[in-house]
Amino acid sequence: MAEDMNEKNEKILELKNITKEFPGVVALKGVDFDLRYGEVHTLVGENGAGKSTLVKIIAGIYPQTSGDIIYEGGSVSWHNPLESIKRGIAAIYQEPTIFPDFNVAENIFMGHQSYNKVSRKINWRYLYKKTNTLMGGLVANIKPRDNIRGLSMAERQLVEIAKALSLNAKILIMDEPTSALSVSESRELFSIIQDLKKKGTSIIFISHRLEDIFNVADRVTVLRDGNCIGTKSMENISKDEVIQMMVGREVKNLFPKLEVKQGNELLRVEGMSRKGSFKDVDFCLNEGEILGFYGLVGSGRTEVAKAIFGLEPANRGKIFIKGKEVRITNPNMAIELGIGYVPENRDEEGLILDMSITSNITLPILEKFSKFGWLDNKAERKTAEEYSEMLDVKASNLEQNVLSLSGGNKQKVSLAKWLASEAKILLFDEPTKGIDIGAKAAIHKFISELVSKGFGILMISSELPEILGMSDNILVMHVGLIRGYYKRSEATQEKILASAISDNEIDSSNKVRY
Amino acid sequence: MKQVKNKQQDQKVEVAKGKEGKSLILKVAGFREVGIIGFLVILVTIISLRNPVFLSFDNIYDIGLDTAILAIVAVGQMMVIITGGFDISVGSGIGLAGMISALILMRNWEISPFVAILIGIAIGGLLGSINGLLVVKGKIPPVITTLGTMSIFRGLTFIICFKFNQGNWVGAHKLSVPFKDFARGTFLKIPNLILITIIVYIVFYYFLNHTITGRQIYAVGSNINSAKAVGINTDKVTFLVYLLTGMLVGMAGVLWVSRYTSAQSDSGAGFEFITITAVILGGVSIFGGSGSIIGVLFGSVLIGVINNSLNIIRISPFWKLAINGFIILMAVIMDRIISNKRDEALLSRRRI
Repeated sequence: MAEDMNEKNEKILELKNITKEFPGVVALKGVDFDLRYGEVHTLVGENGAGKSTLVKIIAGIYPQTSGDIIYEGGSVSWHNPLESIKRGIAAIYQEPTIFPDFNVAENIFMGHQSYNKVSRKINWRYLYKKTNTLMGGLVANIKPRDNIRGLSMAERQLVEIAKALSLNAKILIMDEPTSALSVSESRELFSIIQDLKKKGTSIIFISHRLEDIFNVADRVTVLRDGNCIGTKSMENISKDEVIQMMVGREVKNLFPKLEVKQGNELLRVEGMSRKGSFKDVDFCLNEGEILGFYGLVGSGRTEVAKAIFGLEPANRGKIFIKGKEVRITNPNMAIELGIGYVPENRDEEGLILDMSITSNITLPILEKFSKFGWLDNKAERKTAEEYSEMLDVKASNLEQNVLSLSGGNKQKVSLAKWLASEAKILLFDEPTKGIDIGAKAAIHKFISELVSKGFGILMISSELPEILGMSDNILVMHVGLIRGYYKRSEATQEKILASAISDNEIDSSNKVRY
Repeated sequence: MKQVKNKQQDQKVEVAKGKEGKSLILKVAGFREVGIIGFLVILVTIISLRNPVFLSFDNIYDIGLDTAILAIVAVGQMMVIITGGFDISVGSGIGLAGMISALILMRNWEISPFVAILIGIAIGGLLGSINGLLVVKGKIPPVITTLGTMSIFRGLTFIICFKFNQGNWVGAHKLSVPFKDFARGTFLKIPNLILITIIVYIVFYYFLNHTITGRQIYAVGSNINSAKAVGINTDKVTFLVYLLTGMLVGMAGVLWVSRYTSAQSDSGAGFEFITITAVILGGVSIFGGSGSIIGVLFGSVLIGVINNSLNIIRISPFWKLAINGFIILMAVIMDRIISNKRDEALLSRRRI
């Protein structure tokens, strides 16, 4: 292995001091990255570390703000993805982008069919033959004329790879290719990657699964908060070291956490499962407790919250509210049981942008304002004022549309309606996503105040500092299963992240208690 | 000290901006109704200058009667459009409900016009329920559903006419006199049709703006996911909209028979597009979620006036169709421009 490395030490791609700025956020800060001929180089980091941004710059989807890209020895700058594709850089993203109404061959050659220059007729026979060759190298039983709709996620991945190969890709970028694959399908993918490597293709591989990385990579580069922490050869690095690099920031205690005595059990979930989303979820939530739910994208946390709230009910399992078993099949039932759900996408699911602040706040509890079938607007406004003040919603007039509010204020309105509905159990999905620092702190302060009044809060978050700073207990999920459970006193970033990316259940000394 | 002062200054600026902003938005959003009224005034002025007969009592009376049925059905269409759909079966519904009612009335001359209307409402309600079930349970997009029922209802009209009246239309001589006179009659000096229209508008104004269900209709139309996430039974709300529209259509069907003193197999054909025009002219967004019933009233009146005026100034009926289409396009473009401007105004006021 070492000799191979020395021979093929030449770099096919080099990124020097790449910075990428978007309005309001710097996604990449002076990142250096290089890719050698015939190497498999993995890119790892938490959500938001900058991995996808980096590969999108490589693929030409958008340009870097500053820094150089050197490809095959020469400096390049892409004006659009087509240019990078023409030069041999192909990218495959998490969701295979397929044309569902076309067959395999058509998908592979979409956009670059070979055609007769004179008659402009597409040369199908040639394409089908080529497809056979390409797919044959990957998997035996997919035929060029097969309808792509009938293929599984794994098979579609392979079609995407074939597409990349048909473009004579010298560099293949794979963004989370195994997220939708089973363990055996992933293994097959790895052997295909090894084959591609032997044929001289260089591969950049983004993954959250440590097992994947250790199975297939030659080198690993770790990004954190837009910075490149380091690039190491897989030969002399351990799993722990990788995690340490991913996470190693100081956890400054920015969070006002009040000491709250926990009271009675508010919510208990036993053996809850929903096909395709999550399995065997058990946990409980007490009065005064903030239960943090950590996990990477796709871990199933939002689905668990939606199941408890009745939006996407579970297939199996039991839910207990205050010790009594309940069945929740629609949100109305959840609301009556005192549950509130503040969704991750406030614009799409948490608010009605066309309506006023007042209407948004009173929407779940309109019956309370109905006198003989007539809605009492004055009472509505009074309630809205009460809760807007409580949350310090900055708006000149409560009758204005929610559309005009800033992200932080929108979130406050989204929360206000549950306070108005007197919910005691709050399911908070990414409470401070996309919100500026000031409003973030305000919301955290408010969450602390709520639990001191006996609320129970289930807080889903992808931000490690937030989870560690706010939670009394932390539940970690990975691909739909609970992988770890940590009390506040023993939780560390490394432990939580390790649970979130591992395929094996971390032996946390505390099993879930209930 | 400095910090507190700054905060107060900030708040003052905000309040000032707020007042400013409010008037801008009022201007922009209220524009829709103001625009229609303005357009109406201009049109009326021009036409009456061209032909003073336009403003005569008789002519205005005619406009009123012509517009009444349109205005009634437009209320239903408005609710459907607010929830994000279109009901293109209303014309056929009018035909079918009218035909069935007429066949019943034909054999039972003792039925009073009032009861006749109730029969129409019942039949229309049934038709509306069919639409509602297909949309909610069948999960078929409303345009496709009503495209289908448009043909089904029309086909049934022909079949029923054939089965129960040997294919003949129900003519004036088959209908009782009180019934025939109803559309032209008055109650306390107010024409019946106009009275009914007013009642419908009062009831639905109250329903849409002051009841829980009315609020929920707007919520479902504006963002169905958020509506579900606050516990609204979106299936129930959507079904109700189609049921109510059906009832209005049924009522309109009976009134149509009285107004034209006959029930014909093609009664109401093409009417759906006029109702959609009225609703859009009334400022209801074609994307759903917003719109006022007052606007729809003005939209209907505008159409009545346009139709009437085109006749008065002797424009060929062939041109009328083209002009109608032109007006819809203008209204939709205006709608888009206004809502874009409004969104811009709102977003620019945002405190980031």
